[in-house]
Amino acid sequence: MIKLENVSKVFATGEKALDDVSLNIEKGDIFGIVGRSGAGKSTMLKIIGLLEQPTSGTICMLGSDVSNVKGSQANVIKRNIGTVFQGYNLLMQRSVAKNIAFPMELRRNPRYTKQEMGRRCAELAELVGLGDKLNAYPASLSGGQMQRVAIARALATEPQILLCDEPTSALDTCTSKEILGLLRDINAKLGMTIVIITHDMQVIKAICTRTVVLDIGRVAEMGNTAQVLENPKHPATQLLLDFNV
Amino acid sequence: MYSEYIEPTVEVVPEIGFFAQHLTVYWAVFLEFRPVLWQALLETLYMTFATVTIAYMIGLPLGILLVCLDKGGLFPNRPIHGVLAFVINTFRSIPYIILLVFLFPLTRAIVGTSVGTTAAIVSLVIASAPFIARMVETAIREIDTGVIDAAKSMGATNFQIISKVMLPESIPSLVRGFSIVTIMVISFSAMAGAVAAGGLGSLAMRYGHMRFRTDVMLITIIIIIIIVTIIQFVFNRIAAKIDKRIV
Repeated sequence: MIKLENVSKVFATGEKALDDVSLNIEKGDIFGIVGRSGAGKSTMLKIIGLLEQPTSGTICMLGSDVSNVKGSQANVIKRNIGTVFQGYNLLMQRSVAKNIAFPMELRRNPRYTKQEMGRRCAELAELVGLGDKLNAYPASLSGGQMQRVAIARALATEPQILLCDEPTSALDTCTSKEILGLLRDINAKLGMTIVIITHDMQVIKAICTRTVVLDIGRVAEMGNTAQVLENPKHPATQLLLDFNV
Repeated sequence: MYSEYIEPTVEVVPEIGFFAQHLTVYWAVFLEFRPVLWQALLETLYMTFATVTIAYMIGLPLGILLVCLDKGGLFPNRPIHGVLAFVINTFRSIPYIILLVFLFPLTRAIVGTSVGTTAAIVSLVIASAPFIARMVETAIREIDTGVIDAAKSMGATNFQIISKVMLPESIPSLVRGFSIVTIMVISFSAMAGAVAAGGLGSLAMRYGHMRFRTDVMLITIIIIIIIVTIIQFVFNRIAAKIDKRIV
């Protein structure tokens, strides 16, 4: 589904954010990308989300080479990716329904008529457990509810990949569990490929099927989550798993 | 018509007290000058309305451009942003009364004359458009950049980001800015009295300053205070009503 081969990203300042990263995300995976601050997670997100191009290496997404696509060409491919952010990033002046409808509005596809958008909003709000909040405004919702709206919004245009950037970092433990449970449901119900970028090993442990550990821009370790967690080989992984002060 | 100072013909009634007596005197002056005051009020409203309308047509796009051309904006362009910012700062630095005189040739070219109410609108627009641009810029910058990133990640075009994210999300702030701009234009339009632009400011100057009618000046000031208070109140209410961030 997503395949990165020897991807490197060097910024204009000379800083090397990603160094020869190769990974392969399969359809239906819940793929975890974990690392401490400065490990290159954000750059990874921008590259997978097609907001930035790699300096070298190739990215294959849904069977086509997207290493160097930009502008309107990139916009077409971005339609297959739904993104969920740490800070929810909802439109504060739009109701829940209008927020969910937002990516459909951007599409300007005749398929999305007013009725169709309304139907889909109601369906998605129901899926994330906010069926009764369609006319509420984000300011009146809790953090967990806002993240649910953000997830519904990300799914609105039926993407094939759901990209989650620290989806639970702003939430308390209980709410985090609920959100992760929701993501797992979506993965099971819709067969959605989910990529989760996080610094939190608990998130990885909770739902990721496969995991890559990044350390200063390099792949430290990669494999099935159970394997990585039970037998951490790299010091970076061990450090992330060590909760003792 | 009102060239001579006429002693207000109000009987002095000692029992009603100082304040009430003055009120009676001022009421008489108000009634006497009512046609002139009405005319001046209409001129002020005309100048303000026309200026604000035209100035927003220029200032709003400029404000959007200031945000989009800046570093990290939708279409960053350093040289163009620099020139735009310089021009805006230049016009904002010139005191209005000087700008008014300085722009006489331009005003004459556009309106055909450099005196009168319509002529004043030219300099009022040029003085307020850069101010509006900065106001709009500030309002748009208040939006969380994460929301714009989210729209980008959904494949929104630049035009969609401006029309569906930047402007709708900053509307409450834009409305508050609108009331500040309107009040500023009212106060600037008073200075335009210097070119016989008419309006309340001009009336206060002609009667209050030149003919020593402090009472007339005071009445015009009270009228201006009332207008400003109404504008501020109404727009604050509208801004609070449309702002969905307030629960």
